[in-house]
Formats: sequence, C-alpha cells, structure tokens
Amino acid sequence: MNTEHRWTRITHASNIPPREGRAVKAGNVELAIFNLNGRFHTIENSCPHRGGPLCDGIVTGTSVVCPLHGRHFDLLSGMPVRAAESACLAVFPTMVEDGVVLVDLSAARRAA
Amino acid sequence: MNRIVVVGNGMAGVACIENILKRSGDFDITVFGDETHPNYNRIMLSLVLAGEKQASDIVLNDVDWYRDNRIHARLGVAIDSIDRETRTVIDAQGRVTPYDRLILATGSSAFIPPIPGVDKDNVHVFRTLDDTRALMAKARKGLKAAVIGGGLLGLEAARGLQVRGCDVTVIHLAPTLMERQLDATGGEYLKRRIESLGIRVMLPRQTAALCGNGHVQGLRFADGEELDAELVVIAAGIRPNADLARRAGLRVNRGVIVNDYLETSDPRIFAVGECTEHNGQTFGLVAPLFEQARVLAAAITGEAARAFSAPNPAARLKIMGVDIFSAGSIDEAEPGVEVVRYEDASLGAYKKLFLKDNRLSGMILVGDVADEDTYMEWMRTGADLSSLRRQILFPPPATDTGLEIADMPDSETICGCNGVRKGDIIKAVHAHNITTLAQLKERTRASTSCGSCSGLCQKLLRAVAPDFSEETKTTLCSCVPFSYERLREIVRGQKLKSVEEVLTVYGNRKGCEVCKPALSYMLDMLWCGDHDEDRSARFINDRVHANIQKDGTFSVVPRMRGGVTSPDELRRIADVADKYNVPLVKVTGSQRIDLLGIKKADLPDVWRDLGMPSGQAYAKGVRMVKTCVGSEFCRFGVQDSTNTGIELERRLENLFTPHKFKMGVVGCPRNCAEATVKDLGLVGQDGSWQVVVGGAAGKSVRKADLLVTVESTEEALEAGELFFQYYRENGNYLERSYDFVERVGIEKIRKETVYAPEEEKRNLLDRLRRSQALAHDAWLERDRPVNPTQFVHIEPLEKVGEPQLV
Repeated sequence: MNTEHRWTRITHASNIPPREGRAVKAGNVELAIFNLNGRFHTIENSCPHRGGPLCDGIVTGTSVVCPLHGRHFDLLSGMPVRAAESACLAVFPTMVEDGVVLVDLSAARRAA
Repeated sequence: MNRIVVVGNGMAGVACIENILKRSGDFDITVFGDETHPNYNRIMLSLVLAGEKQASDIVLNDVDWYRDNRIHARLGVAIDSIDRETRTVIDAQGRVTPYDRLILATGSSAFIPPIPGVDKDNVHVFRTLDDTRALMAKARKGLKAAVIGGGLLGLEAARGLQVRGCDVTVIHLAPTLMERQLDATGGEYLKRRIESLGIRVMLPRQTAALCGNGHVQGLRFADGEELDAELVVIAAGIRPNADLARRAGLRVNRGVIVNDYLETSDPRIFAVGECTEHNGQTFGLVAPLFEQARVLAAAITGEAARAFSAPNPAARLKIMGVDIFSAGSIDEAEPGVEVVRYEDASLGAYKKLFLKDNRLSGMILVGDVADEDTYMEWMRTGADLSSLRRQILFPPPATDTGLEIADMPDSETICGCNGVRKGDIIKAVHAHNITTLAQLKERTRASTSCGSCSGLCQKLLRAVAPDFSEETKTTLCSCVPFSYERLREIVRGQKLKSVEEVLTVYGNRKGCEVCKPALSYMLDMLWCGDHDEDRSARFINDRVHANIQKDGTFSVVPRMRGGVTSPDELRRIADVADKYNVPLVKVTGSQRIDLLGIKKADLPDVWRDLGMPSGQAYAKGVRMVKTCVGSEFCRFGVQDSTNTGIELERRLENLFTPHKFKMGVVGCPRNCAEATVKDLGLVGQDGSWQVVVGGAAGKSVRKADLLVTVESTEEALEAGELFFQYYRENGNYLERSYDFVERVGIEKIRKETVYAPEEEKRNLLDRLRRSQALAHDAWLERDRPVNPTQFVHIEPLEKVGEPQLV
C-alpha cells in the first residue's frame, strides 16, 4: 500500500450505523461505506451482477450480501465469496480520524 | 446365596442392578437410597438448574421399573452400619437386612474446604436434586451469587444461576479454568467465552472466609480483597463417601479400595462408583462407573470375569453455546508425546491434539467440537495417523459413512455411558422395529446420558434400520444450528433480546442473510417490541419500509383497508405521482395502488404527502384483506364483507409474520375476492361464516382448509385471529401458511386454536393484543428516523474528485 495517502473527508462515522452501509457519490462513481463494528471499509456500490446497491445489503462477518440477488462479496478484498460468482469490486483505503471517515479515492484496488 | 443388597440408589448402584438383571434373574435384590427420589441422571442436574430440563425429565428409573423388576427399593433410608459377621446391614431405624453379596455404591459428597463461615445461611453445594431445587428457589433477578470452583460443575452451576437472572462471579483457586481437562491456553479461551456470557471470573483467588451475620454477605480472599455475595455455591470437588466401609473395617484410603473385579477387602462385599479407589485413582465422571458396573455384574453372576481398567477420561462442559470437550491424556510433558494445535482467537476456537507413535492419545477442543466424533473414533481404534497428518486438524468428512459402521465389530461399545454395544443396537432395531433415534434411546438407553454418541447412533440407524427416518427438525442455518422450536425456547428462556446476543451466545457471531432476518422476526414475535431492534439484521425492505426494485429504487403501496378508498386519497395519490415524477402507477392484485420507482431519499416525503399508513407490501408481515362488495351493495351478498374485511385488517395490520400474510373476505360463496386461496379467508354464507386457512395462489396453488364454521362475525374474526397468532408463534421463518398447515396438520391446528381450552385461546389472543398494542405504522419513521441517515445518501464533507484505480 502507498505510504502517502490522499484522504478525502467523507462523513461523520456516527452517520453509518454498525453493520450497515451507506452510499456516497464520488464523481460518476457511487461508493458504499460499511461500518464493521468500528472498522470502516469502502467498496464500489454497484454489484457486478446486475448493478444492485450493495450499501443496502445485509452484512455477515466481513462480507455483504447484495439485496437484489444475493451475490456475496468480501468487504476487505472486494472478491466474491463464492468462487463461481462474478467479477471483483474495487476497494478503497478507508480510515477514521477524529470521528470522521476518510477515504483515499486515488488508490482503489481491484483484485484480479 | 442369592440375596444382593445395594447401598446407594444413584447411577452407579442402579447401573450394577441393571447389568445384573441383564445377565441373570436369579437374584433377590434390595436397594437402599438415602435420597427419596428414584434414580435420576445426576449429570443432567445443571440442565435442570438452567431450566433446560424439568426434574421429571432426568429420571432414569421410575417407580414402575423397580416394581417390574421385583427390586425392593428402600428410598429415603440410610444405612448405618454393616455387620460382616452376620452378613447384615443395619439401617438408620435399626432394621436389619441380610445379604449374601453386598454392593457399596455410596457415591461421593461435595468437598467443603475448611473456610470459616461455610456454615452460614445461603451457602450451598450442588450435588443432588434437592440441592438443585434449593438453588432454584433462591435464585432471582439481580441476586449476587458467587460460585467457588471453576471446574465443570462450578461453571455449569454459574451458568444455571445466571440464566435465572443472578449476577454471578466464579472464583477459582487455580490460574486457569477447568485445569484438569484443559491446558492454560484452552482455559484462557474458556474464560473469555464464559465472560462473554456475562459471568465474572476471578482467578487465581483463594477464599479466606465467608462473611456475614447469619446469612452470607460476601467473601474475603487471602489477599484481603472482598466480594459481595448473597448466595454462595461451593463446587470445589468431591470426596468419596467411604465412612460406612471404614466403620465396617474394610480397607479404605481416599475411597473404598477395590481390586480389578471391584471386590473390597471382604470378598462378599463389592464397591462401585465414586466411593471407590482403584489403583490409587478415584472417579468423578460417569463412563468409568458404567464400566465398573459391567465388570462387577459379570463377577457377581459368575460370568468369566474381565478386569476393570479405567477407560479414557472424556469430559464435556454442558453449557449451551460453550463447546468444550476434552478426552484422553493431555500431558504434554509425557515422553514421546507430540502436539498439534490450531487456534483462531476471533472465532474463539482452539484445538490441541496429543499424538503418541502417530496415534491420537488425547485432545482438547474449545469452541469447535465438530470433529469430536472422528477424533474419538481415531483414539478408540488407535488408528495410525501417519498418512493423515496434514489433515489432522480438519479431517475430511467420511465419504462412506456406512463403511465406518460396517468396519466396527458387534462388540464395539457405542454408548460409553450406558454400555450399549453395536450388537445390542442392531438386535434392538430388528426386535422392536426401531426407526428413530428417540425409539432407540427408549429401548436401549444409548445416547441418553451425555449424548455424545448420538451422531454415531444416527449413523448406525441409517445403516441398519430399513425404515430409518431422520427426525428432521429444520435447523435455522449453520450460523445458529438449532431447530426453530429450540431457538424459540432459548430466546424465551434465556431472555435474549437482540440478534447479536443470540448470535454471540448460540451462534457463530457473524450470522448471515438467512438467519439474521429470521432471528429479527423471532425476537419481535416473542418480545413484542420489548427488545433491541437491530435494523442491520433486517432486509433493506424492512429498514426503509418499501420494496426494493431491480434498479435500486423502491415501490410504495399505502394501506387501503379492504380495498376501499376515497376521492380524497385518490387525489393525494395522483398529486404524489405528479410531484415525484413517479414512473409507474399500478393497481395491484391486492386491490391497492402501487407507486413504483421512488428514490430512497424521497420515501419520507412521499409518505408524508400521501398521509396514509404503510401497506406493508414489502414485509414478511400482514399484507391486506381483499374484499368483495358484499351485502351492502351486491344483490347476492349475504354477509357484510367490506366492513368485516376492514375490521380484520385493522386488528392485524402492522404485525410481522413468518412470511407474507394475505387475507380475503367474501360476502357469499361465489368467492369474488378469492378468499379460498388466501392465507386466511372468511367466506360468508347465509347466517354463518366459514373460516378457511392455508390457501395459496402464487408459486403454489392450494385451496384453503376449513378451520371452522361460526355464526357471528365476531366469532369469525376471533377464529381468524387465533389462527393468525398460532401461525406467528409456531411457523418457521419464510414458511408460508400453506406449508405450515401441511406440516402441522389442520386437525392439530384446530385442536390448538378454535377447539383449544378457553384459557389457551385467551392466552393466544392476549399475546396478539399485546403485540398489536406495541406495533405501529412503520411510515411514521418519516418524522422519527431510527438513525439520521436511514433514508439519505451521504454528502461528502469536502469536494471529491473522480476515483482512480491503481
């Protein structure tokens, strides 16, 4: 990972309830930020299958289940949990500082 | 020469009698027990304390058993002395009973450490049914309880008291819990798990005194620290009851000394169970006692006697949700012992296997006991594990389970607790046509004590019984592997009030999209709102009270009771459609109007502008009542279906159900509103109503079953309510009423709803009313969102650029 991050201040951490996600628009891309009991993770908000809003999915452990057709993605890596499923999602470095969620929009990574 | 007297009516004594009876009917047997209860399963006392079993559930031999086997049972009679000269025992009333062979099965007592103050009131031990009852009588919410002893029994007592609402602290002398069965790491994992249940653990602590004036008020430790306690349970180990033997002049050390055939120093007197000492070893677990009982019975009936050797120790902590299993030798320092271990702190899982010459000699399993059967099998057979070394921590499941069974000789013991061998089970299966595990338990006793062989018994049944039927109780999912019924009991009994709590205590802590909504429903149904509602555990539809569509927008269906609306409502709906550019306005099959393509952020405003309640068209809950015109206008109508439908909808609206719940009310048998294919339908006839349930016209088509025919409208509504609440309480999540009716059977449903005793009916209705009083229109959250971002898209705090992929 880069040593120098370009953090963008997104929102107060308290705006994202534990084990839920919220969408945020960044340019033409919609991101979904999740609160895993105090640890925050950011992924693209669009399921590669049919574009479902992943921010509305149920969180299970460290993954999220798409509300439309149940595709299942790991929030840390962006990879599908079931190997046979579709493509990977981009993940964005995310941290919390002084109660504010920071996302590095310049350093999205997509596995494979 | 055939009079046998048994002193002690506990598990060891009665096991001897049972084993003797199996071999010979020639004996005249008398048994003395100082407890007044028939023989019960002492191992299960902690389950009685925890409220998981009733005292009557743990009786092993009821009064009929003694009578049927012509055993003279003298219960509540203690034996004072033995006269070895005259071969008689003398009881507390001075009565003399002669014997030819005497079996001492006097058991053990709780060891009470010599601490000042142990004689104070509210200081208890936990050994007998009476002890258990005394604890149950005293335990109450908020009572400060201290348990001295962090072994198996102490921990089980602590959990039992905690489940009953006490504020419990466990005090243990050693630096880790259950140090006889676990190593330090395993003990630490156990401690964390126990603490996560809300029990305080203090170790190492030496109790110096119990304080208080008459009643115990607290403990003082050796270092001067103090702890408040209104109830103290001492579970610091057991002492063999060897006094009677000692007074009779038998050889006694810590316990009554026995040889390999369970003979004491007097060849006419035998001893068995926790009162004995064999090769310097005393006993506290059940498996060796049963083995002793078998050896003793063989010796006493003159069968070619085999020598007793203590089986491998195996211990399991019986606290639901805390998986601890330990077996074999767990001494790492033993020469030639290799250790293989695995741990995952976040899962709370720890496994440690002890190998000697590539054979499994012991194991510690904490938090993950899934492979226990395989390991026990390896240990029992002494399997050479050289080729399996890479898979030893996560052994692959057997591909042919029948093979494992076929490989096993008939003499192989299946149930170590009750000494049931493979051959016994096969004989019983054929002789009694056994097809279920429950029948097998009843016939053979297999799997009735610790239950660890139930998996093996199932496999055996599957392989042997021609008509084996698995007792399929659908488990919720692998995250919380309990049946719905059991889970409802757990949630109710243990007063669990949040999904996270259930998942933490009884599940894998993570949960999934299947169990989280199911548990959410269960909590809502059981606690009627008196619980922590966790929106993160619910499907998006139930977080924002609208139905998500393929493009991520939502559909909005306001409630239109009975399909009856007004010009005013229609105008508002039209205005909303204009104002929010609603792409599609559609009349649904449920006599309502659907506004499709609404953005999440607009939902609160749309609801406000509509000024109508939620139609719950998104929820696993009460949808609507479809009605026909009825007697008010229709020339054929014989009942007022519209107003009855509106009233039915009012009584049930806003409630959740296991799956969606649709209703219909029609004013005559022409059935224009299709009431006979609804979850609940009222079909009007001249002077009466038919109440029908379990109909469907979706994925399945099913004509509803007649629940009951009644005369008045009020009776019809009440019958509908009874069925509704019964389904709410007994339906599995995502089970539609038509599957529910087929699973349970309409006769049973009738018996437990409309034909139930008045009191039960009233209770069902009371619970429904209570839920209804706490339910509310979900769309009121437009003004009181559960969190500030429930409906909004987050606006970044600063300007953001186009994201870049690296």
